[in-house]
Amino acid sequence: MAEHYKPVKYKAWELNLEERFQEYHPPLSEREAVLEANRCLYCHDAPCMVACPTHIDIPTFIKKISTGNVKGSAKTILEANLLGATCSRVCPVEELCEGACVMKHDHKPIMIGRLQRYAMDYAAEKNIKFFQAGKANGYKVAVIGSGPAGLSCAGELAKLGFDVTCFEKKEMAGGLSTYGIVVFREPVEVSLAEVKRIEDLGVKVKTGVNVGVDIKFEDLIEQYDAVFIGMGMGNVPDLSIPGEDIPGVLDGLDFIEETKVKKLADIKAGSRVCVIGAGNTGIDCATIARRLGSERVTIVYRRSEAEMTAYHFEYQFALGEGVSFMFLTQPVEVVGNGKVEGLKCIRMDLGAPDKSGRRVPEPVKGSEFVMPCDMVIKAIGQKKHKNVVDALAKFGVKSENGYVLVDSETCRSAHPKIFAGGDCIRNKGEASTVAAVQDGKIAAAAIYKQLVGATSPNEKHIEPVLSPVK
Amino acid sequence: MANLEIDFCGIKSPNPFWLASAPPANSAYQVQKAFSEGWGGAVWKTIGAPVLNVSNRYGTIDYKGSKIIGLNNVELISDRPIELNLREIAETKRNFPNNAVIVSVMVESKKEAWQEVVKRVEETGADGFELNFGCPHGMSERGMGAAMGQVPDYTCMVTEWVMEVATKPVIVKLTPNVTDIVQPARAAVRGRASALSLINTVNSIMGVDLDSFEIKPNVGGKGGHGGYAGQAVKPIALHLLSAVASDLEVQKARLPISGMGGVETWRDAVEFMLLGATSVQVCTAVMHWGFRIVDDMIEGMSNWMDDKGFLTVYDFIGKSLPRISNFGDFDLGFQTTARINPDKCIHCNLCYIACNDAAHQCIDMKSLQLNGETMTALQPVVREEDCVGCALCSRVCPVDDCISMVEIDTGRPHITWNELSKSRPDVVSDWDKMEQYRKEANIHIH
Ligand SMILES: Cc1cc2nc3c(=O)[nH]c(=O)nc-3n(C[C@H](O)[C@H](O)[C@H](O)COP(=O)(O)OP(=O)(O)OC[C@H]3O[C@@H](n4cnc5c(N)ncnc54)[C@H](O)[C@@H]3O)c2cc1C
Ligand SMILES: Cc1cc2nc3c(=O)[nH]c(=O)nc-3n(C[C@H](O)[C@H](O)[C@H](O)COP(=O)(O)O)c2cc1C
Ligand code: SF4
Repeated sequence: MAEHYKPVKYKAWELNLEERFQEYHPPLSEREAVLEANRCLYCHDAPCMVACPTHIDIPTFIKKISTGNVKGSAKTILEANLLGATCSRVCPVEELCEGACVMKHDHKPIMIGRLQRYAMDYAAEKNIKFFQAGKANGYKVAVIGSGPAGLSCAGELAKLGFDVTCFEKKEMAGGLSTYGIVVFREPVEVSLAEVKRIEDLGVKVKTGVNVGVDIKFEDLIEQYDAVFIGMGMGNVPDLSIPGEDIPGVLDGLDFIEETKVKKLADIKAGSRVCVIGAGNTGIDCATIARRLGSERVTIVYRRSEAEMTAYHFEYQFALGEGVSFMFLTQPVEVVGNGKVEGLKCIRMDLGAPDKSGRRVPEPVKGSEFVMPCDMVIKAIGQKKHKNVVDALAKFGVKSENGYVLVDSETCRSAHPKIFAGGDCIRNKGEASTVAAVQDGKIAAAAIYKQLVGATSPNEKHIEPVLSPVK
Repeated sequence: MANLEIDFCGIKSPNPFWLASAPPANSAYQVQKAFSEGWGGAVWKTIGAPVLNVSNRYGTIDYKGSKIIGLNNVELISDRPIELNLREIAETKRNFPNNAVIVSVMVESKKEAWQEVVKRVEETGADGFELNFGCPHGMSERGMGAAMGQVPDYTCMVTEWVMEVATKPVIVKLTPNVTDIVQPARAAVRGRASALSLINTVNSIMGVDLDSFEIKPNVGGKGGHGGYAGQAVKPIALHLLSAVASDLEVQKARLPISGMGGVETWRDAVEFMLLGATSVQVCTAVMHWGFRIVDDMIEGMSNWMDDKGFLTVYDFIGKSLPRISNFGDFDLGFQTTARINPDKCIHCNLCYIACNDAAHQCIDMKSLQLNGETMTALQPVVREEDCVGCALCSRVCPVDDCISMVEIDTGRPHITWNELSKSRPDVVSDWDKMEQYRKEANIHIH
């Protein structure tokens, strides 16, 4: 089993296209994993566990790696988080568990994410099934959306004996784990294998069904004992600037999706690319473009470095990938004749702070300039599912700023049968996969309590999501 | 899931993991918490004669960044009143009827005293006794503990006193601080003990402070020998266990053995059981991490058993015992040689310097061609004809599976030293004859 440690050396010019889209972190070898696991202090009531929104018993799963009980380690993880394989890859661990690790005071924090991936890879490789469908309790639940929130809720419910059907609008299940997380962070297969695990618990996943179009909400509410909405968010909103419809202006999420589902060689990336928006999605689009071969990739952001929403480690990563940043720059027009030729921008200055404390950018008169480019990628957030929220309003479901409003202890909406979780309720705080997983768990426990009338056997793990430690 | 239940001379336990008689098994609160976290049994902290404790009681050995690879203590038996202990033992057994509750006892060397404590303990409903003949400090100076265990006749005598009145199984706990552990083990058998347990702690001094010149642990400026336990004593415990478990007299009496001394994980427990232990006891690891470690012990052992196809622990208890042998019966014709895998070698050259300075000078640093390219670093290569197969290089190599010890056929006769001494007495007593035999047998020592 012993493998040699292979340092990550990313030299694009030495790698072919396929290689550039391999997982960025190589898996830990057995020896690396055991050495790292033995560094863990096995704290009691550990801060890492508190910082994990799903409260995985981290010291225990790490201890089990150190004793060679990797199967038991994987079980400990999955008991708290059915999407442990995805989370081990996508979680902003620096902000969560690793950020809370006591070892960071005079040392390096334990590599919790990569150890978790080690245990998850082991379980996947050996195809170990840890859980079974619970004894049927006669209740039926519909889950809308098969992203992390939906899958987590569906899986937990199946374990508790519910008959669960999950409706997914897309061709493949998995939500953004399948379509939105860059492939060198999480390969599509990992997400699909996780979907398969949930299906193995008896959950029926029906893809290609757009709820609200192919099936009416009223029918679901009538036919099922409870409905969980985990529909996430929509595509990138419009910039509302002239030239936005010129070919070569892309929706960032569509761009990422292409790299997840298409042959890499068939994807077109410009040679000079402007990415608009400096959140994590912007960073993803920019780094993908670099890896696809774009020579110059610039992230254009109207505020300054200090206001940028991307995590610091993501920013560092982008810089290392050769992405440049233009701060205090606001796009005002896409220029071009039938194809993108440039992005016209105006310089900004920071004025007085707004309500959120961020200083408001103000245009500097007469400072317009055109940045030559042949592709513009929009990455300025995600649209709300307005039509769905409106449709639900008819059943008394309340919303706020386009997000479904739920009680944080139960994830229940104003309608007693309708629950919701994941990005579609994340009006406040950071939207993340692990928070969505926890919402699914909370909702499953609440549905169990409401219908079966007992406290869920899993309840000890359930607590409302904490915002990531900053 | 595999079945971990054991029947230890009539004492039933849901799994082989017991708390050793020590601080973690000091009170009802602790033992009941441990049971609810999964421990199968507990040997209550030794009760008996009145005592007074000192502080500091513990010293530890930390090794290159790891805390507590060994722990030493100068603690005595329970310093809580005996009445209180008996009440709590009764309560614990009542609340946890399916867990093994065993009471460790030690009183002064008087028949009445032993028989009286045994009767009082029986009233609690506990499942059995452990006789503490091992405490190496404090109690031994008062003629108890190791002072009993180090004299086989005393061991036998006290065991007999106890057996006269006990209706529950009696385990005799042995001290490692003797020249031959088999002697007190046989004495316990003669005294009709129901079972054995080992090891108690090993005599030790943990160290000296370079600035204050104090002994570790420091008791108000003084220090003295204490009992050593934890991972560091495991090899000693395994040896003593195997010596007792493979002794014919002990085997004939069919006494189950409870093994301890450095058990920290399910892997350690499996090793003790492969060498004949039916249950294992744990102290130091619990003192370091808490009761929660039992979760991984149970799960890890059970997963391992599933992998190996063992349905119950009895499928593997004692499985490696027949391999315990003596030097005189080892095969002199079995020969290995070291082989270094150049693909894995990281060129730390530790094997070279170890063989050169401390073994047989048979690793050469060579300029090698690998995959057609000449390597920049010199590569250590074993001169196999000169390698004696001592395995030192493979032990110092920091890379897993880089240096393997490979069995080779030298055409030497497969004979043991004992056989050779019998068939060729001249060879084993005369260097010239030995030289001649080596030539004959193709044994070449570089
Ligand atoms: C580019 C990008 C990168 C990200 N990177 C990270 C990261 O590194 N780490 C991290 O923790 N988080 C990251 N996130 C956030 C994370 O992906 C989300 O928080 C998470 O996926 C939310 O899960 P969800 O189940 O709420 O929604 P989604 O994953 O969006 O899933 C919702 C699902 O519902 C389906 N759906 C929607 N409407 C309907 C309907 N009417 N009928 C049927 N199905 C419907 C959708 O097709 C989709 O499959 C990233 C997000 C983006 C956009
Ligand atoms: C602090 C301490 C106190 C102990 N007290 C007792 C005792 O009262 N009676 C006894 O039989 N053994 C006692 N022991 C010995 C343990 O029961 C056990 O035999 C020994 O620690 C080896 O196991 P370990 O390596 O798991 O610690 C004590 C050990 C320690 C460390
Ligand atoms: S472990 Fe508890 S009793 Fe011992 S020294 Fe520390 S605080 Fe005191």
